[in-house]
Amino acid sequence: MSEEMDMDEGGTVKKFMFVNRKAPYGTIYALEGLEVVLISAAFDQDVSLAFLDDGVYELVKGQNTKAVEMKNFSSTYRALEGYDIEKLYVERESLEARGLSEGDLLVDVQILSAAEMGEMMAAQDVVISF
Amino acid sequence: MALEVNGKTYETDEEGFLLNLNDWNEDVAKALAQGENIDMTENHWEVINFLREYYNEYQIAPAVRVLTKAIGKKLGPEKGNSKYLYDLFPFGPGKQACKIAGLPKPTGCI
Repeated sequence: MSEEMDMDEGGTVKKFMFVNRKAPYGTIYALEGLEVVLISAAFDQDVSLAFLDDGVYELVKGQNTKAVEMKNFSSTYRALEGYDIEKLYVERESLEARGLSEGDLLVDVQILSAAEMGEMMAAQDVVISF
Repeated sequence: MALEVNGKTYETDEEGFLLNLNDWNEDVAKALAQGENIDMTENHWEVINFLREYYNEYQIAPAVRVLTKAIGKKLGPEKGNSKYLYDLFPFGPGKQACKIAGLPKPTGCI
């Protein structure tokens, strides 16, 4: 692991952002990313999630995975609050390009423009992309 | 590995967790508890049922910290603390209670 991933030195809290860019099914990125986020909650860091591009589909209500025979893990995003992970950012442009709005999402999020999202990323200590 | 209950065989992983969530029933839970040397009381069942409800709602087994907090919220502070849960499940409520509840091992539980 690189130096910036070192979490136990002096108990410093770092700002971690996990960036989700891929559709929930078809690849393993979304599910693996979510598991990493849940594990990260144990380290008492300042964790946030960003959803861009097809990643916004991860949060859409009413997912049905029967036909693809994969586990529908979308309800797990609603468990994040219980893990004290409450900073979820969604890029407005990505939502609009897909004909989606905040009301289509299954959790409370903060909608940011691409420019605001860029600023948010720049303010992080660590950005991990899935 | 496998677990035999009432003449029926249930598949488990190498640590004894049920492979198929739908295999679970109260008799299976009792057999799993026996394997952990736990005598199931009403208080045990309360935690087990809570875990199954949590899983149904969120599709994950909660981390111990999250479970403790959620139990406190639902069943009161005298139950939502580590001591209470470890008294019921000495080897860890995450691992032992999830196993008896027929859930997968909690994410991040090593």
